[in-house]
Amino acid sequence: MKFTVSEMRSLLAGDKQADRVVPSSGFTAQLTLFAAGAMAFLAVFASALSLASGRLAARWGDELARTSTIMIVAPVGERAIQTDAALRVLETTAGVETARALTDAEQQALLSPWFGSGIDLRSLPVPRLIEVVENPSGFDAEGLRLRLAAEVPAAFLDDHTRWCAPLVQAANRLRLLGWVAILLIGAAVGAMVTLAANAALAANAQVVDVLRLVGATDRYIAEAFIRRFTIRAFIGAAVGMILGMLAVLLLPSVSNDAGFLTGLGFQGVGWLALLLIPVMAGGVALIATRIVSQKALEALS
Amino acid sequence: MQRDRCTGTTGPINWGTPVIELENVAYSYGGGELLSDISIKLALGSFYFLTGPSGAGKTTLLKLCYGALLPTAGRVRIMGNDVRNLDRDGVAMMRRIVGVVHQDVKFLDHLPVADNIALPLTVSGRQNEAGGADLGELLARVGLNHRSAGLPPELSGGERQRAALARAVIMSPDVVLADEPTGNVDLEMSQRLLKLLIELNKMGKTVLIARHDLSLIRAAKSEVQARVLRISNRRLQLAGADL
Repeated sequence: MKFTVSEMRSLLAGDKQADRVVPSSGFTAQLTLFAAGAMAFLAVFASALSLASGRLAARWGDELARTSTIMIVAPVGERAIQTDAALRVLETTAGVETARALTDAEQQALLSPWFGSGIDLRSLPVPRLIEVVENPSGFDAEGLRLRLAAEVPAAFLDDHTRWCAPLVQAANRLRLLGWVAILLIGAAVGAMVTLAANAALAANAQVVDVLRLVGATDRYIAEAFIRRFTIRAFIGAAVGMILGMLAVLLLPSVSNDAGFLTGLGFQGVGWLALLLIPVMAGGVALIATRIVSQKALEALS
Repeated sequence: MQRDRCTGTTGPINWGTPVIELENVAYSYGGGELLSDISIKLALGSFYFLTGPSGAGKTTLLKLCYGALLPTAGRVRIMGNDVRNLDRDGVAMMRRIVGVVHQDVKFLDHLPVADNIALPLTVSGRQNEAGGADLGELLARVGLNHRSAGLPPELSGGERQRAALARAVIMSPDVVLADEPTGNVDLEMSQRLLKLLIELNKMGKTVLIARHDLSLIRAAKSEVQARVLRISNRRLQLAGADL
């Protein structure tokens, strides 16, 4: 029982007369609608997780990997001299786009979560920080370290790779986890439709018998079941998707400061991608019902 | 599949161009042979009665004739096609030209009687041909006009048989095979149903009716030239002179 493109089109176009030959079974109908809806709701969140993780990995990968920090660890009296020397080294370093020393206010802001606001940096042995932004070609970190060691002994280069790499890796794994969750949800929809279609076919053995007696082909009988389960899964998933989208909309809005959880939403075409969820649920139901009906009709012959 | 083939056979029964042909057919069930060495060619436009005591194998023979059962030995050809070579869809296509009335009548209980009768047209994509007039006329012929909107479980045994007969003939099939089609109906309705089958036969259709009670056969005597086949001791025999 193979389907060509034109047969698929006629399958989806439907046949009201053919649809009527299979009695509507309340239990399997409700089960399919509910399960497809619930799975679509979860798929929306899995998509949100995956897309947010992807964005995070990209941001950390792009932005943090392109910035580095130089710490000037020197007595208060020498700090300014060493800072200027480091900045001069950076000016002549290939691959450095900009370099600037953080102001006192910026350093105070960085420390305020631990020491509160209004701290006097001169009373603390706090290193001066220099933010280095590299151009797309990047700089030679090892070469810069050697130059700094020779010319500015109080300067230490931190190119962020040490701590940034595991974070990017974690974000990428989280994204992968999101995709795996979506695949599992698809498989669960397939399993649920398989069970429901199997039950419906078994319960309608007499219908199959009568249809065969009057000359119905296997395709005709199967299509009546396939259409029914495909439409149910599609409608259930569409409702679940809409509810999932509403739930995501109710999450706190995305902000640059708030971090990962508030970024768990969709942006731009990400919203449109959700429209694929009911289409995929319908597709999974179509394939599952087709396989089940083929086997069941063979068994009932 | 064991086959206890008997030697003393009745010769092949052959009248004209065959629409259904059984050649040395045997059918075993539960270890015993129910039908043995049956050869018959059902001619186009002929009318047959199939008789025999209960349990003789009339229903089995009818099922062999429309591909619901495969013979354990021999060949069955429907319109020249060996049923062994037909897949399930092939059998389905054959059933569009062979109308069948079962003894144990089954319907789609959730559909009205009229829709059940029109079902062969629906599954073959010819539902538009079941236009009100034809379907209405057929319903009137089988006395079910008043029941057309009802559901099958609401029908009596006789009404179910009449509905099944209407369903079997609505496609104007080339062959009608009927297993005790008048078993549960009164004499008057039996005669009406028989008349319907005779009219189909006069239109060139082949009709085979399995019937254990000979009264219907006698009633048909004046209406149609029918041949009577009898199953006896697993064999098929021509039962005396033609009616």
